[in-house]
Amino acid sequence: MKPVNAEITEVVSETPTIRTFFFDRSFGSEPGQFVMAWIRGVDEIPMALSYNNAITVQKVGSATSALFELDKGDSIGIRGPLGKGFDRKPGHILLIAGGVGAAPLAPLAENAASDGIKVTTLLGARTKEELVFKKRFERAGDVIIATDDGSEGIKGYVTQLIDNTEYFSQIYCCGPEIMMKKVLDKILPSKAQFSLHRYIKCGLGICGACCMDGLRVCMDGPVFSGEALKKSEFGIYRRNECGERVKV
Amino acid sequence: MLSLKLTGIHLKNPLMLAAGIMGTTGGSMKRIAQSGAGGLVTKSIGVEPKSGHGNPSMVEVDCGYLNAMGLPNPSYKNFQQEIDTAKESGVPVIASIFGGCALDFSQIAGAIHADAFELNVSCPHAHGYGAEIGTAPALVEDITHVVKNVADVPVWVKLTPNVTNIKSIGLAAQKGGADAVVAINTVRAMAIDIDSGYPILGNRFGGLSGRAIKPVAIKCVYDLYEALDIPVIGVGGISDWKDAIEFIMAGAQAVEIGSAIGNNINVFNEISSGMEKFLSEKEWDLEDIYGMAHRL
Repeated sequence: MKPVNAEITEVVSETPTIRTFFFDRSFGSEPGQFVMAWIRGVDEIPMALSYNNAITVQKVGSATSALFELDKGDSIGIRGPLGKGFDRKPGHILLIAGGVGAAPLAPLAENAASDGIKVTTLLGARTKEELVFKKRFERAGDVIIATDDGSEGIKGYVTQLIDNTEYFSQIYCCGPEIMMKKVLDKILPSKAQFSLHRYIKCGLGICGACCMDGLRVCMDGPVFSGEALKKSEFGIYRRNECGERVKV
Repeated sequence: MLSLKLTGIHLKNPLMLAAGIMGTTGGSMKRIAQSGAGGLVTKSIGVEPKSGHGNPSMVEVDCGYLNAMGLPNPSYKNFQQEIDTAKESGVPVIASIFGGCALDFSQIAGAIHADAFELNVSCPHAHGYGAEIGTAPALVEDITHVVKNVADVPVWVKLTPNVTNIKSIGLAAQKGGADAVVAINTVRAMAIDIDSGYPILGNRFGGLSGRAIKPVAIKCVYDLYEALDIPVIGVGGISDWKDAIEFIMAGAQAVEIGSAIGNNINVFNEISSGMEKFLSEKEWDLEDIYGMAHRL
């Protein structure tokens, strides 16, 4: 598909560095799917859908900075929804979110809770101000918080909160790769799903730029089972724009 | 039934992965081999690491895909390990290489070990590379000749359709000593976002692949088969076994498949079983249909 025009209807400041951009159209996605967001004249970047009609973005580079210049009434091009989202499981699920990694997990929490699935969330960020979607997770179930500086919840990393994972029917995780790798090493891989971030070019499963071993993050993912990741380069290296290996 | 010898290389079937598709990492090429490809052509590799054009670099259009990747690659200095990983699959690996001059090509070909080289003198949207070289017969002949001098494996030359007469470029490659030509690379194309007026691709224009270009490619293969003594490898818009048969009837000894992988990563297995079924129903073999259209 060609990019469709999406007009920004609202911009919500989630934290000092993270904003949610709501659009005038819904993308009918399943939680975990993503879109390619084209800031015209600048770049096109992969972004998780945090609502059916919104993306939640951390200001990290030129494209996200350009996006932060936009306001209500401005528009961008969107291709999507793309990729494969989270595989929903019944029972009592555990969500583990680090920083802006909360974006694809919040709609999963809401979705699951409304279907009667019990949801517990481990939510981590650098500081209290950087916690994303705390209220959304609280409305869906129990929330346990960790911040690097101890300004809310326990002082330390969200991975330190992981305990008794055999109690949960499924674990869903999104955050910095080093954090996700720590989670993968602590739990039963077959019971967990991870949403990955890679440099994506085509988004169509063709060019191979986002490949992690043989897996296409844009098409076979971005959500993968822990088992698929266990034997892979996940957590060890990724590829840059040139395709060179770069240590995670 | 589908096996063949192509420029001295044994292929279990005439279906190869096209350059620029799933070809940057050893792991991704291995996966394509496991899904039934008879050969693997790598991403085009240059002298220095290159990040390519800005996004959007690929977009689906009405009847195919438009792309301007811009030759992103990790450079030949970081690429042998990917080829070696791909080779673990047991399928021949052909290194696609590009450069700005004959010296670039020979530097890479002298350093990389692969089962063959495919010279990319046909990328339509990389300034100073590709088609800017591949539209000049003298340059194509010179580059082919220089690579042939350093390479001890077959050298294929991939041609651009964006010329008045593709036969003259094919003849230049043959004169330079090419073992085969590959036709075609993408067709120059462009798309504009009507909501804003912006060209969609980061590079503004690019190359068209997929279904739309198949009849263009068939004609190029047909013409090259007539004009050349060396084998022609067909590529452009193949998405099912009928397309592959058509290319072989036009005069392709083997074919390469690219865009179709996006929607169907098992396209190689499906095409080879479809071809086998068709050929046995018709009581033909590959030799019977090779260049068939020319004899009728």
